[in-house]
Amino acid sequence: MTFRAQTFLWVAQRASAAVLALCVTVHLATMIYSIRGGLSAAEILSRTRGSVGWFAFYALFVLAVTVHAPIGLRPVLGEWLGWRGRSCDLFLLVVAMILAGLGMRAVFGVFL
Amino acid sequence: MRSLQVRVWRGGAQGAFQTFEVPRHASQTVLDVVTHIQRVLDPTLAYRFACRVGMCGSCAMTVNGVARWTCRTHVDKVVNKDRIEIAPLRNLPVVRDLVTDMREFFDKWARAKGQFRGARSRNDDFPALKPDTPARAQIDAGIECIGCAVCYSSCDVVSWNPDYLGPAALNRAWTLVKDERDSRKIERLRAVAGDAGCHSCHSHMSCTERCPKQISPTAGIAGLKREIASALLGGEL
Amino acid sequence: MSAHTGYLAFLVHRVSGVLLTLFLPVHFFALGSALEGAAAFDTFLAWTERPLVKFAEWGIVLLLAAHLGGGLRVLALEFLPWRDWQKSLAAAAASLALAVGLAFALAL
Repeated sequence: MTFRAQTFLWVAQRASAAVLALCVTVHLATMIYSIRGGLSAAEILSRTRGSVGWFAFYALFVLAVTVHAPIGLRPVLGEWLGWRGRSCDLFLLVVAMILAGLGMRAVFGVFL
Repeated sequence: MRSLQVRVWRGGAQGAFQTFEVPRHASQTVLDVVTHIQRVLDPTLAYRFACRVGMCGSCAMTVNGVARWTCRTHVDKVVNKDRIEIAPLRNLPVVRDLVTDMREFFDKWARAKGQFRGARSRNDDFPALKPDTPARAQIDAGIECIGCAVCYSSCDVVSWNPDYLGPAALNRAWTLVKDERDSRKIERLRAVAGDAGCHSCHSHMSCTERCPKQISPTAGIAGLKREIASALLGGEL
Repeated sequence: MSAHTGYLAFLVHRVSGVLLTLFLPVHFFALGSALEGAAAFDTFLAWTERPLVKFAEWGIVLLLAAHLGGGLRVLALEFLPWRDWQKSLAAAAASLALAVGLAFALAL
């Protein structure tokens, strides 16, 4: 990977971090608010199903996680496991695909 | 007469600690202790020193696990129940006993383009530089580095990533990047970007914690990250 | 390496990040079960009432808060003008994490 690409990864990591700081704050506040008094599926789904706004928010959340988590894992694998290079980067791409796939499945399930 | 039990590394990469009993004095530095061992107890002990007064950085060693200038480390400050352990600087190959091979440290300095290259000749006039601009203040905060390798020895990323240029080289690159007289800014930013460069700094700040000149390489490295991001997004990289 | 503040902040940030990356697919998968309708989701929700699971949930919120705190510290160090107080950002990050953890615990 060129130093330019590595620099771009750093930029993407910080940008997704900024997005996540916002998303996580909103998510934690929402969760703390909504779990008071217990949860039931019907209750949750009645609030979330059909909500385009929340769908968009959580889709953005999933996208930001898909960028942030693999880039964050990369130095851990390189520095603590000594795993660097193409095979490692391919593995991280697979991790990204799994997060995106499972994440969007959840978002569709809860909001649409 | 009180004594110190001093464990000293003997050998190269393979070796062992050897214990010496050294007289303890009221006012004594770790360098005094090492000097006593070599002159009185065991002349085969290899170690480096030069100025003995905290100007040259040659006497840097690992004392009780921490990289320090031994001439500026009072025994009272570091002694653990009359025990001290002295080892060579970490992250550098050991030549013998307390002496390390500093070549890679300086090679990385060169790889980070840590040399000034101006654009004027002897026939041009001097540039008019104001000493109180923000850029100059940032340079001044990092310019006093004497290349002692205490920061390099203290950095975990240097231990974990053999290609990582390290805090000293990156700090020097920063002082040059901010210098308006230097003509190699973009070349230098390219040299310090990426996995081997500033982007591998995780802000442990061990370098800042340990630098005997109170320099903060973490600050300089953060500056490099910003400059490089600007250059990348501006298409200059 | 000696455990000074910056190093501890880094360690917490890195470990929490790795644990969160391991947790997230499980979280997504569980939520995705809502696709199979309210009944399947209710079965899952019943399972989450168990005390051990509640404790784990609290742990994950703590991890998230810790990682966020550490992340804000890194962003401040890298993007804000350099000042001496930046070294105590680790403490600020820790308090933030604790506060969020407490809030969640109270709500549980």
